[in-house]
Amino acid sequence: MSLSPVEGVALAEIESGGDAGAPREKGVVGRSPGQLAWLRLRRDRTAMISGGMLVFFVLVALAAPLIEALYGIGPRDQFQSKLDGFGMPLGYAGGVSGDHFFGLEPGLGRDIFIRLVYGLRTSLLIAFAAAVISAALGIVLGALAGYLGGWLDAVINWITDLTLAMPFLIIALALTPTLTLRFYGERDAVSPAFGVAVLIGVFAIFGWTSTARLVRGQVIALREREFVEAARASGAGLGHMLFRQLLPNIWAPILVSFSLAVPQFITSEAALSFIGVGLTEETPSFGRMIYQSLDYLQTDPAFVFFPGITIFALVFAFNLFGDALRDALDPKSSR
Amino acid sequence: MARFLIKRIFSAVLTLLAVSVLTFLMFFALPRDPVTGMCPKNCNPERLERVRQELGLSDPLITQYAGYMKGIFTGRDLGSAQGGQCDAPCLGWSYVNNEAVLDTIARVLPVTLSIVIPAAILWLLLGVGLGMVSALRRGTWLDRAAIGFSLTGASLQLYFVGAVLLLVLVYNLRLLPVPSYTSIFDDPVKWASGLVLAWLALAFLFSAIYARLSRAQMLETLSEDFVRTARAKGLPKPQVYGRHALRAAITPVVTIAGLDVGAALGGTVITETTFGIQGLGRTAVEAVRAGDLPTIMATVLIAAVFVVVANVLVDLLYAAIDPRVRLG
Repeated sequence: MSLSPVEGVALAEIESGGDAGAPREKGVVGRSPGQLAWLRLRRDRTAMISGGMLVFFVLVALAAPLIEALYGIGPRDQFQSKLDGFGMPLGYAGGVSGDHFFGLEPGLGRDIFIRLVYGLRTSLLIAFAAAVISAALGIVLGALAGYLGGWLDAVINWITDLTLAMPFLIIALALTPTLTLRFYGERDAVSPAFGVAVLIGVFAIFGWTSTARLVRGQVIALREREFVEAARASGAGLGHMLFRQLLPNIWAPILVSFSLAVPQFITSEAALSFIGVGLTEETPSFGRMIYQSLDYLQTDPAFVFFPGITIFALVFAFNLFGDALRDALDPKSSR
Repeated sequence: MARFLIKRIFSAVLTLLAVSVLTFLMFFALPRDPVTGMCPKNCNPERLERVRQELGLSDPLITQYAGYMKGIFTGRDLGSAQGGQCDAPCLGWSYVNNEAVLDTIARVLPVTLSIVIPAAILWLLLGVGLGMVSALRRGTWLDRAAIGFSLTGASLQLYFVGAVLLLVLVYNLRLLPVPSYTSIFDDPVKWASGLVLAWLALAFLFSAIYARLSRAQMLETLSEDFVRTARAKGLPKPQVYGRHALRAAITPVVTIAGLDVGAALGGTVITETTFGIQGLGRTAVEAVRAGDLPTIMATVLIAAVFVVVANVLVDLLYAAIDPRVRLG
């Protein structure tokens, strides 16, 4: 009586299962959904390239003071001697040279490269902080609304509708100086950190509703499932139900929405600085640079070009990575 | 249907009321003294006090709010310094512009409408068309080109695209005049040539997002059973894709489009700033800078009305497009 190959495999499985210490030979390897997603992500070239770009941007932002030391120029240093009589940078392409990689700002003559490095730092700090806070708020409120339903659900839904109806840019534009005035007097110097904090707060107030809507929908879909009922029947409390039973099942869409929220906050911050609110003049910011550069569109196009391309590259990398993450986390995806 | 409509309109009105209360609180109650921001040049204490009296700023907030709302629905008398009798819908008097807010709005609203409506038609046709074609031709060079286009467009910023367009088309090649607004009734050609850059910039960025969305929706719909059934019973491809699949795939696109168009009508702040066109958005920004409370209040309310009305329209469109939706 010969064993069929199938039985052999089955036996091997049983034998190895009994002996935990024995190394598993090739065969079926159990992988968690997280490991599967990671594998898919590793195999995706776009994800790896865009992920690499993101790591690079984050490192540049973190290492900004180090880069300043190596580069030898600070974000507030002015090089008036390298400007001509009209305040335009000497040389080609806005004064690009070995000393000034991206040239100089017309007028003040500050170095564009180092200002972009610090602008990246501001931008990423605001975007990440706003995304984390609004995700946390959205997860808790969305899960509560979805799980408990009733009046809480109605109220949260209504607030979501309300925030959608408010013109974000105008409200943010109006709220930022008002809030600043509340904390600082008319003539007190406003610290740059406070401006950043106010922006993060305004973004979080407006940003949490989309996560809340997403989480609410997912929780409602899970609410009546057996495992939830079982947990409820065994007397689990609200916190346990939300954080131990429901949330572990929906972290994938949350992660995707988080990764796509960060570039949105980056662009919102730039847009706000573009219309001239939020950050004070000392804080380097992409949007503010572009806004200032528009005056020089005809005379010094390079000044428009460098900040514009940097924001594009940053947002592009985030969007690509978010898409790849979505594909990797989707069990239906074929990749 | 009628019941749904009444319920929907009721909740829309409630949302608008809440927006008005919130805006009112935000702008009238939060600043320590709203008058300092809106006093005309050469302010002195007496003048400040007079403005405060005229605006009724010493009254309790509820009285002020009630007065404002009364003005919108029935009109009210603002006093001689503010243009006297103000008929409904009265949005107040702007000290900064020295005119009734309603007149300012009547001047700038057509500008924003002229920017947004043609741009929206362009971006919807281009975006949805591109998305559909690339979904049907999945994997071909056309599809890849469309994906590349939409990924690039979705990451570009309007002020950057606008700047590049301005530089190339206006300043270097001199193909187009410097953007400006002329009324369509005065000179349609000048109207179009002055705004075409804004349309192009908006359409480029938005169509990228719509191409991406409608491609994903179409691909999902094409794998549904009802599409297979329709094909299996012998319906020709154009009919299956054009009627059955398109209808199902386009529903989420309509939702997003309603929100986007509604929000854009409330003021395309960035577009107007980039091209230097004085529309609703730029007026709002300037009002905020100048602390011109009545104008801020009016622009925020109008923006909210657009979004809320667009949402109601989207819900109604749903029932028309998607046979699975029954309004009850």
